[in-house]
Amino acid sequence: MENQAITVKKLVYTYPNPDGREGIQVFQGLDLSIEQGSFVAVLGHNGCGKSTLAKHFNAILLPLGGSVHVYGMDTLDENLLLAIRQQVGMVFQNPDNQIVSNVVEEDVAFAPENLGVLSDEIRTRVDDALKAVGMYEYRKHAPHLLSGGQKQRIAIAGVIAMQPKCIVLDEPTAMLDPRGRQEVLQTILRLNRESKITVVLITHHMDEAALADRVVAMASGKIVADGTPQQVFSQVELLDNVGLSVPETTQLLYRLRQAGVDVPLSALSVEDCAKVIYDCLQHTPKNRRTSQ
Amino acid sequence: MTPIIELQNVSHIYSPGTPFEHAALRNVSLSIAPGEFVGLIGHTGSGKSTLIQHMNGLLKPTEGKVFFGGEDIWKDPKFTRQTRFKVGLVFQYPEYQLFEETVYKDIAFGPKNMGLSEDEIRERVYRAAGFVGIEKENMEKSPFDLSGGQKRRVAIAGVIAMEPDVLILDEPTAGLDPVGRQSILQNIRDYQKAQNAAVIMVSHSMEEIASNVDRLIVMDHGAPAMSGSPEEVFSHAQELVSMGLNVPRVTQVFLQLKKLGADVDSSVFTVEQGAQQLLSMLKGGGRDA
Repeated sequence: MENQAITVKKLVYTYPNPDGREGIQVFQGLDLSIEQGSFVAVLGHNGCGKSTLAKHFNAILLPLGGSVHVYGMDTLDENLLLAIRQQVGMVFQNPDNQIVSNVVEEDVAFAPENLGVLSDEIRTRVDDALKAVGMYEYRKHAPHLLSGGQKQRIAIAGVIAMQPKCIVLDEPTAMLDPRGRQEVLQTILRLNRESKITVVLITHHMDEAALADRVVAMASGKIVADGTPQQVFSQVELLDNVGLSVPETTQLLYRLRQAGVDVPLSALSVEDCAKVIYDCLQHTPKNRRTSQ
Repeated sequence: MTPIIELQNVSHIYSPGTPFEHAALRNVSLSIAPGEFVGLIGHTGSGKSTLIQHMNGLLKPTEGKVFFGGEDIWKDPKFTRQTRFKVGLVFQYPEYQLFEETVYKDIAFGPKNMGLSEDEIRERVYRAAGFVGIEKENMEKSPFDLSGGQKRRVAIAGVIAMEPDVLILDEPTAGLDPVGRQSILQNIRDYQKAQNAAVIMVSHSMEEIASNVDRLIVMDHGAPAMSGSPEEVFSHAQELVSMGLNVPRVTQVFLQLKKLGADVDSSVFTVEQGAQQLLSMLKGGGRDA
C-alpha cells in the first residue's frame, strides 16, 4: 500500500438524474491502482468515464459503492478532505477557467494562501513553482495576455505550489497549438522525472499517451487495456473496436504487418519506427540493388 | 473564376494608439475558390482567428479590402449583413453558445434572423440536422441534455442551416475522441459536397489537416507564410517547426528514414501513402519500380 498513490476498489458511481428518474451508471465495480511516482495516461472515448474517474482522485466526486484511497486516506472521510486535496492537484482543459488573479505570481499563490501557508514560505513556493514550469520571468505579467500553453503552465504552477504528491491533468492540451502542447508535456515529464510527482494524464492524443510509463484505456466505464504504451497500442483491433485510435507510427506498422511485412508493432516513437522500417528495407535484397 | 472570398492587402491593428497596439494581420492578400477545402494552421497568436473574422465582416480591416463573390463586403451595410449569412463562422467550442430551449429552436435561430418563412425555416432546420446526424427525436429536447459531441453538432447545424457558401470552422474537433472527430469531419465534407461550399478549417492537428484539405495556408506573424497542397507545405518540415508547428507523425518517420540513409520519398503525409510507398519498395524492389 505504501507506494500506491491512488487505490480504487470496486468503485460504483451513478450520475444523479435531475428529473428524479434513474441516473446514469458510470462504474459498476472498477479496480485500479496508481503507483507513487508513475506517469499514467488514461485514454477513452467521450463519455467513457475518464473525467468522472479523475474527479474521484481528489474527492470532487465520492464513491457510491466501493472505495477510493488517496495515499491511504479514504475519500469518504470528510475530515480528510483538505489533506486529500493537498496531495492531489487537478488541472483542467480550459486555462481561462482556472486563472483567478490578474498577476501571474498572485495566481500561483492562491492555493497556498488558502491552505494558510506562512507568507515567507509562500514566496519560496511560488518562485519554485514558477521556475519548475519555466514561467519565472513572467511572474509579474497579466495571465490573460499570455499564450494558451503559458496559461496552462501557470495553472500547473498553481497546483505545484500546494506541493502535491500527485497531479491529475484532464485533457490539459486540448486547446493548445503544437508548441503549447510541447511546453505543457515537457513540463509534465520534468515534474514526473525530476520531482517524482505522480502524474495522471487524461488525453485524447495517442501521441501524448505514448510518453507515459503506463497507459490505461477505458470504454463504457471499464478498463479494456492496461500496460506499457507498447503493450497497449499493439492491440490495434481492440482499441479500434472501442473507438480509440493508435498513433500514426503504430498505424503504419500495422498496415505493413497486414501486408505480410514482419515489423514489431511496439516501435512507438518516430525514431524506433523509422529504425525498424530501415532495418527491414536493408534486408530486402532488391531494394539494396536499386538504391545503389 | 471569381474567388468566393478575396482579401487584398488587409492589415488589422488592435487597440491602435494605445500601449497595447498590436498588428494582428500585416498586409494579407489571399483568395479562396468556391468549393475549395482550405486548412488554416499557425501557432497561437499567428493571426488565424483575426483572419477568419475578417472573412465574414465581424472585424473591419484597418487597411485593405475584403471581397465576397467579387464585391467589397463593406460597400454598404446591407451587403455586410448579407455576407454574414453567406459566410458561416463556427467558433471554437461552439457548444458554449447554445442558448435556446430546444434543439430545433437553436438551429432555427440563424434562418429566422434571415427573415425566411416558417416553412422554409423548418425545411432548413431538418436538412441541417440531417447533415450532422441529429435524430428527429432529439429536436424537441433541450440542447443542454445532450452529450458534448451532440451539442457541438447542434451548434454546427445552427450555422449550416443558413446554408452559407463558405463555412469557416475554428478547431471543430478539439476535445473530441477519434470517432467523434472522424464523424464531424465527415459531416463537414458532406455539407461541402452537397452545397459546393468552400470550407475553411482551423486545426492544430497536422494529421487531420493532411488527410482532409485541398490546400493549406500557414499563418505566421500575421501573414500567410506558406500556401499549397499538403505535400508542398509538409515538405518544409524545418520551417514549420521553427514556426511552432509540425508535420504529421508519419512524415516524421519518413524524414527520419531519410536521415538513416534510406532512399525514400519523404513527401508522404498520410499513413496510407506511407504504407503504399514502403510496400512497393519492399515487394516491388525500389520506389522507381
